[in-house]
Amino acid sequence: MGVSLQAFLVLGAVVFCIGLFGALSKRNAVSILMGIEIMLNAVNITLVAFASSFLHQQPKNNPLTGQIFAVFIITVAAAEASVALAMIIAIYRRRNTIDVGEINLMRW
Amino acid sequence: MHVDLASIAFWVIAIVLVGASLAVVLQRNIVHAALALIVVFGAAAGIYILLNAEFIAIVQVLIYAGAVTILILFAIMLTQHSMGRNSNPFSTQWWLAALICILLGGGIIYAVGHSVMAIGTATSPVLLAGEGSGVGGTVVRLGQLLYSPFQYSYVLPFEIASVVLLVAIVGAIMIGREEEE
Repeated sequence: MGVSLQAFLVLGAVVFCIGLFGALSKRNAVSILMGIEIMLNAVNITLVAFASSFLHQQPKNNPLTGQIFAVFIITVAAAEASVALAMIIAIYRRRNTIDVGEINLMRW
Repeated sequence: MHVDLASIAFWVIAIVLVGASLAVVLQRNIVHAALALIVVFGAAAGIYILLNAEFIAIVQVLIYAGAVTILILFAIMLTQHSMGRNSNPFSTQWWLAALICILLGGGIIYAVGHSVMAIGTATSPVLLAGEGSGVGGTVVRLGQLLYSPFQYSYVLPFEIASVVLLVAIVGAIMIGREEEE
């Protein structure tokens, strides 16, 4: 008995939804960023699972493309985390809070 | 029913991953949430090892569990008045977020169960690490597909990604810099 592709996809969906809940329901900006990182990890799990399910394909079909996408997602996530944390620190220095309920300058 | 080692490893890692993700979201103290995030990244690296993606697993440990977690912990230290018990509060509309997440999760799981795949099926077993002998490691093939200047490869997007990282470093320094009068 092996593990099916479906199990990996469902695992990715569950972890993605947990991360989305964290990103939507938190007041602390750093906590929202942690939820986004969990979501990116769930997407990476899905992509690597697809790549792994195509490993028995011919090499000319490039079965590892999913892993390439995962590498690029990790790169962009690192860039995003550094810029977002710099923005959080800049907002804290100016307004002395990182509660997203109080940072409401652009609120409709 | 024959149960092999890779399946047991998958279920153990999956339970740890979901539990640590819930801990990140539900923990009242934000430092504890950040520490649970390390467990999430480690469990994801275990999943990658299981899926024959050794390079992704090592990069995951280096970048996420090493760099991003330290960055988040530094941001928490610089922005918290006190590391109190209630430093990670929910907003007043958390029930709406929970409803959206449950609907989205149900939709994705329904789609996974009922969609038709172009190649193979969703229920056919994935070749995990340690099963079979033909697959072996994927690091060499991944490196050829990522860097090779002679055959079909992703070398140009890779160079653009390095430019993106450079721009992010410069932008982070510019945004986070102290304003001097």
